[in-house]
Amino acid sequence: MSVIGNTAMRFDEEQSMLLDYARSFCADRGGLHAAREHLESPLEYSPDVWQEMVAMGWTGIGLPEELGGAGLGIGAAVPVAESMGKALLGTPLISTLLTAQLLLRADAESAAEVLRGIAAGDAACVAELESEDWNGVSACAVDGAGLLQGRKQMVMDAQSARWIAVLVSSDGAPAIAVVDATALGEEAILPRVLIDNTHRAADLVFADVKPVFLLSGPAVLSALRDYRLLGALLVAAESTGAAAACLDVTVDYLKTRKQFGKLIGSYQALKHPSVEILTMMDSARSFVYHAGSLVTEAGLGKDQEVACRMAKAQATEALKFAGDRAVQFHGGMGFTWDCDAQLFIRRAQWSQQQFGDAQHHRQRLAALLLDN
Amino acid sequence: MNAAVKDLEEFRREVASWLEANKPDDPGFLLPQTFMEVGSEQQLDFLREWQHKVWSAGYLGMAWAKEHGGQGVDAIYQSVVDQEMRRQAVPICFNVIGLGWAGPLINDIGTEEEKQRYLKGILSAEDIWCQGFSEPDHGSDLGNARTRAERDGDEYVINGSKIWTTMGNYAKYMILLARSNPEAERKYDGLSFFLAPMTVAGVETRPIRKLTGEYGFTETFFTDARIPADCLMGSEGEGWKIAMKTLQYERGAEAGAAGGLAFVRIVIDDLVNQLRDVKRDGRPVLDDPLMRDQLVSLIMEEKAITLGDRRSGIPALTSDYPMSLPLSNKLRWTEYARRMRQFAINAQGADGALFVGDDRAREGGFWQRAYLNSFSATIGGGTSQVQANIIAEHVLGLPK
Repeated sequence: MSVIGNTAMRFDEEQSMLLDYARSFCADRGGLHAAREHLESPLEYSPDVWQEMVAMGWTGIGLPEELGGAGLGIGAAVPVAESMGKALLGTPLISTLLTAQLLLRADAESAAEVLRGIAAGDAACVAELESEDWNGVSACAVDGAGLLQGRKQMVMDAQSARWIAVLVSSDGAPAIAVVDATALGEEAILPRVLIDNTHRAADLVFADVKPVFLLSGPAVLSALRDYRLLGALLVAAESTGAAAACLDVTVDYLKTRKQFGKLIGSYQALKHPSVEILTMMDSARSFVYHAGSLVTEAGLGKDQEVACRMAKAQATEALKFAGDRAVQFHGGMGFTWDCDAQLFIRRAQWSQQQFGDAQHHRQRLAALLLDN
Repeated sequence: MNAAVKDLEEFRREVASWLEANKPDDPGFLLPQTFMEVGSEQQLDFLREWQHKVWSAGYLGMAWAKEHGGQGVDAIYQSVVDQEMRRQAVPICFNVIGLGWAGPLINDIGTEEEKQRYLKGILSAEDIWCQGFSEPDHGSDLGNARTRAERDGDEYVINGSKIWTTMGNYAKYMILLARSNPEAERKYDGLSFFLAPMTVAGVETRPIRKLTGEYGFTETFFTDARIPADCLMGSEGEGWKIAMKTLQYERGAEAGAAGGLAFVRIVIDDLVNQLRDVKRDGRPVLDDPLMRDQLVSLIMEEKAITLGDRRSGIPALTSDYPMSLPLSNKLRWTEYARRMRQFAINAQGADGALFVGDDRAREGGFWQRAYLNSFSATIGGGTSQVQANIIAEHVLGLPK
């Protein structure tokens, strides 16, 4: 067996249309100018844009038709996430899609009402982290009276979610407590200051909160594993789009800025690393769409795991390098708030931390690929 | 299963069993991994015999016409043979400049007489071909070629020199680019293309010793070398056009090659497998966290190139930079190969310091030699740096 393994790449007519549509929608509603308008406001997006996404059925992309979804499978979210990244367009869409996957895979029947709500446009998020360790054990718990107690860190899109899926321990085993965010007081949601101003996250404090329902049992563990891998994939897709946008911004500057009587883009010292960004972005895109063609509603197997982890490891490195070089290549301008390079270098630091950084994934890939 | 598919499957089985039965035994010396590495008579004789055997069995030049030594069948049969040869890791068919470049060119634009005269010898390995494009002062800048070809009666008189002539010292014929008209208004219009014999007086070759200590290329000198005028291909002044066409075959951009393996592919699995019994700090090197991290990065690099090939067939997924994947392929493969082979030496521990000729060198020094030879691909055919310039200018649109 070759360590290269599965190399499938499928992208059908329907997905091409979705990609075209998502790309033009995100470019039109998002983009650097729009992203800048929300950098210092409580939410990073305009509610109108979110409503349009909902109207197009995007919150139900990965849900089956009987739950009000589009029945396209979660792989169809890849072109959408990439397009959002390319336009640095926020909104809780990625968190919502992933929450739906977690609940769908853990116990679709018990979660049916919430899943229908998500397909109809309710935003949702998952509260998982309690420390900087991605695989930390949960101290959050549902007590004897059935009330949720504890604290979660850096919950992505907590400020805009209607439903929060909280990873807890229940009778010593992992479980998911779904909380209605409207039942939380304002003091329960503590926004954090993120390095990336185009995203929002908050800590959550749960004191005597009654969950809407609790999912437990063996399916929770595998659902959680799938959720983390799909999260890695969608953030990878988003990062790939951001890296492509960052490359465009940098190349535009290299084509117009003159120094010492020459366009600076004619210098090989700037050309060659720009090609390196292109190459890294190309690889990331190949991994992301490869993974997108493998993931299905079924539990993720080894091929899918390898693909999602490679996608995240590659996309993280690509965006980090693109953002880093974007600042440097803009010279003095690159050091300023007004230069768009800052949006990308800051986005890169945030994205790398979501669902594990490159080293995290390469370490797990080593076990998958090298240990027989 | 339709008849054609069934026929192909049957053919594949037939080829596979022929290869199993006829695959040569380990000769006891390192064989070349590419046609550019044929450095000794011993290697030459071995490879010549092997290619002749493959051709005699009807498995080379299958799509070429029967009267020219081929089989006159669809090219798909040859690709089945090539796949099976790759799978069974048999030696290369080394006469690549004939099989892959000169042969298809002659087939395509040559006269019937040229086809009769040259094609069969290319396939049978009786006639080895070399290429005379690059010159010492001009590298890959072919438009500036200086070697002269002066018409004198029914002969051309050749003067000048060529460099990086693969198998120049073994070749019977050369595809030669030379300047027939130094006065031409455009420098490209002064060039002509010849199917030149290497066996005439005034042609001398001097082998170039490579950094591995081995041979494979020559420098080739022409001093009043007289070749028959009918060696001219096409008309005078068409040299540039024909040379560019030849490069299309060389780059695999145009079909028509006779087939056979031009090089032994070295892939990441070869590396992982050779490391299975290597130790570091008393434990398997494959358990070392830092080595694992680097190895996974290399696996990802190779996989990304393969996935890129798949993606380049899907226009929707390449719409922003449509030429990126095709134009980057050479740069990516060759740079990856170089890094991967260097890592192989690194990972061998103390044994990595041994070389071909030492009886304890792992696999006879295969990786050490492969690493040093990998530069022929990162330098030849346009250096990686020139490739990066091409991508920067033609894909990203950066200024010259």
